[in-house]
Amino acid sequence: MSSLVLTLIKGAIALNVALVVAAALVYLERRISAWIQYRIGPNRVGPFGLLQPLADVLKLYTKEDIVPYNASKPFHRIAPIISIAVALSVLCVIAPASYLLLDDGTKLFIAVAPNVNVGLLFYLALSSIGVYGIVLAGWSSNNKYSLLGGLRSSAQMISYELAMGLAAVAAVMVSGSLDMNQIIASQSGGRWNIWFQPLGFLIFLVASFAETNRAPFDLPEAEPELVGGYHTEYSGMKFGLFYLAEYANMFTASAVMTTLYLGGYDMPFLPTLLGLQEGTLPRVLFELAVFVGKVSVLLFLFIWVRWTLPRFRYDQLMNLGWRVLLPLGLANIVITGAIVFFVR
Amino acid sequence: MSLQVALFFLFGIGAIASAIGTITRRNPVAAAVNLIVHFFMLAGLYLTLQAQFLAILQILVYAGAIMVLVVFVIMLLNLGNEEALREQFTLRKVLGAAIAAIFMLQLGVLFNASPSQRYLSPAAASLGTAESIGQALFTTYLFPFEAISLLLLAALVGAIILAKRKVE
Amino acid sequence: MSDVIQLGPLATLERVRKVRQEKIYKELLDRDTTVLFEDPLENDMVLNMGPQHPATHGVLRVLLRLDGETVIKCVPELGYLHRGYEKLAENCTYVEFIPHTDRLDYLAPMSNNVGIALAIENAMGIEAPPRAQWIRTLVCELARISSHLLATGATAMDVGALTVFLWTFAEREKLYDIFELICGARFTTSYTRIGGVANDIPDWVLRKIRQWADEFIGQLEDVEKILCRNRIFIDRMAGIGYCSAEKAIALGLTGPVLRASGVARDLRRDQPYLLYDQLEFDVIVENDCDCYARFMVRLREMRESIRIIYQLLDHPIEGEVKLNDPVHVTPRKYEIYTKMEELIADFMIINFGPPAPPGETYTAIESPKGELGFFIVADGTGYPWKLKIRSPSAANLQAMPHMAEGSMVADIVAIIGGIDPVMGEADK
Repeated sequence: MSSLVLTLIKGAIALNVALVVAAALVYLERRISAWIQYRIGPNRVGPFGLLQPLADVLKLYTKEDIVPYNASKPFHRIAPIISIAVALSVLCVIAPASYLLLDDGTKLFIAVAPNVNVGLLFYLALSSIGVYGIVLAGWSSNNKYSLLGGLRSSAQMISYELAMGLAAVAAVMVSGSLDMNQIIASQSGGRWNIWFQPLGFLIFLVASFAETNRAPFDLPEAEPELVGGYHTEYSGMKFGLFYLAEYANMFTASAVMTTLYLGGYDMPFLPTLLGLQEGTLPRVLFELAVFVGKVSVLLFLFIWVRWTLPRFRYDQLMNLGWRVLLPLGLANIVITGAIVFFVR
Repeated sequence: MSLQVALFFLFGIGAIASAIGTITRRNPVAAAVNLIVHFFMLAGLYLTLQAQFLAILQILVYAGAIMVLVVFVIMLLNLGNEEALREQFTLRKVLGAAIAAIFMLQLGVLFNASPSQRYLSPAAASLGTAESIGQALFTTYLFPFEAISLLLLAALVGAIILAKRKVE
Repeated sequence: MSDVIQLGPLATLERVRKVRQEKIYKELLDRDTTVLFEDPLENDMVLNMGPQHPATHGVLRVLLRLDGETVIKCVPELGYLHRGYEKLAENCTYVEFIPHTDRLDYLAPMSNNVGIALAIENAMGIEAPPRAQWIRTLVCELARISSHLLATGATAMDVGALTVFLWTFAEREKLYDIFELICGARFTTSYTRIGGVANDIPDWVLRKIRQWADEFIGQLEDVEKILCRNRIFIDRMAGIGYCSAEKAIALGLTGPVLRASGVARDLRRDQPYLLYDQLEFDVIVENDCDCYARFMVRLREMRESIRIIYQLLDHPIEGEVKLNDPVHVTPRKYEIYTKMEELIADFMIINFGPPAPPGETYTAIESPKGELGFFIVADGTGYPWKLKIRSPSAANLQAMPHMAEGSMVADIVAIIGGIDPVMGEADK
């Protein structure tokens, strides 16, 4: 039973970390976009505007919660919950560091749910569930813009999930496991998958952008066309949950990419140079720092791309998904398979 | 073991409730959402049987892909008048009830016949992993697997042709 | 209850509303409706874009009939910003109407000011002194850049490149600062007067303009770098909103929209006014007839405008900024305060308006949006008997149904951006 309690504690920590990261991302996005656009960005609330996310949340909490007339109320209420719940639950399979060796010789894994032998599939499954939040929000709002946003998003998610899955399959073939910890272990010592799977990484990256509804794939909420897309009719904290879910999704997508392609918490040579033993607290902290550093690079990429690139059109998006990424992913699998078969 | 039993009941009751919800809801979207919940409950049941791979596939394929399409179509068609779609009490319903009754009977007989088989053996637990399923699929059952793939491909081509009636 | 209301003015309103709705729906539905509805799988939808919509540049309302995301029919609805300027003009003296023109194309008020001043001067048969003409040409080109900056930025924003919008807006902000230095107002300039301009531009402001122009080229290059080689941007813009040269001429399009269809018509060259016949500049023409061509025309025209501004700054013309004509032109303040005749002239002009001889005149300038024309019917008093505004936005918007047919919802915003309508001008 103690393992249950331990899991609960780890889960609570992970959730809080994710929410804080999401809030920090809101701030960072605003600062970085301001920097890109020759602006100043939020700098009034707290030192350097650091408390801006807090002010945002406070604002959202005190706003009136408007449910449009004729909306399907239960679904309207449940949609943001699905979005945020799915975004956060993916965290449990992510391993930000290896393990801590306790006094009695047992290993305390840092991941909430370690050694799930289908960890990667779990991520793919849940990210495909995330679409329901958006689709239901779009449908239940009783608004044509929302509906179009919902429809776009469902089509987009299905299309890009395939490309993402295919890219992941190739990476799994190289690593030989679906378990997140095993995948990281197989990449230890700088043998990161990105060196063997550059094309796969690219496909996975593009598909991640699409899965998280970030520019240039933010069609479900394309503001010039669809006003707010699926969240046009949302206000107050319900809108806030969608907003938070977007950033939480970004965070988990970056974490999964780090795990799958960038070697997770692995950093070659440095731990041995510093004399950090596996399983000790300094080593765990070091691994955490490495992981956070890699995730940050990807997150910066997310933000950078958003403020640089224009948005795709619906049919262009579909063409890219089905006619470019999917064949490339298949070819990648065939090539990877052949190489793995002949090398091993 | 008590946790496992508790989870089994939780998922079992959830699965039955959502299954009933699926067929009783008038609103097609509500019915679809109930069905999605049902798939989740089934996945949970698989997890209690240590079949992680199967559970995830249940979510990934059924809840994550097929049901998204179902919801997509429901939203796109926007079935307004549900009253017109309601069926009368017909032979089909009688047949359906009869078959369900027979199926239930079979299940009951099967479960009562071999009480020792009801609990999970260690060998059964290892069957649920990705490795064992892959092994079975690509060696023993390779031909059926490929045949099904071909069938699905044919269905896909057919669907596209049906959808694109205006062939230039 | 219904009896009372039906007799009152509300009944009329109700009827008007009903007629309008019917008209719109009829326009939307008159296209093989039955054929489409016979098929249960074909599902079309009427989408109402605007008047409150972030991408319609003000209060344009566009009714779209969609099949999935493909536009079957597009009906732009104008008139949400109608303020009756043409009627208003009949009740204003010529002097009083100039500030109203700020509110026409509010993205380039200087240009409108110059347009109305030239029109009134033409109706009166007077001409501003060379220095005033020089200043007018300068502010016209500044206004063109200001307007084109917004057009290019907004187009980029509509297809998702928000950053470019903020870059161009920052440049516009600097231009507003310059306008403030020139005339004291940033937005509603009201800078021109009949027979000249309100005040001279001091040399240090001219130096500031030159300094801004030097920096501006670099900013423009940044915009070109981020967009013109961007595959997504080109895919979003190229081939969208096609309008052939013949169609463009038939629809009466003017300005960048026409020139993007390969028709080299620019009033600055074809009917030179102000100092344009002495300046060296190219008429920018693109032959692709699509949104990308319109975008490129605007980008390149900004460079031409900078070229014109440099030429003007290099060859300044000195002299008076206002004509000395007490019948039509208000005298200088110090003269009004010190001299009797000037005081009387000022009193007459302010109260009764400067008289224009009876007759009809049409004066057009190449505003940033296209041909901005003022048709004045004068009856010998200080008030125009009729003042018709030929606004380029209203005319250019007529091409929208043609351009939008068969495109997708996302293209509509690119098409609107390409036309670059300003509703203040289109609705008058």
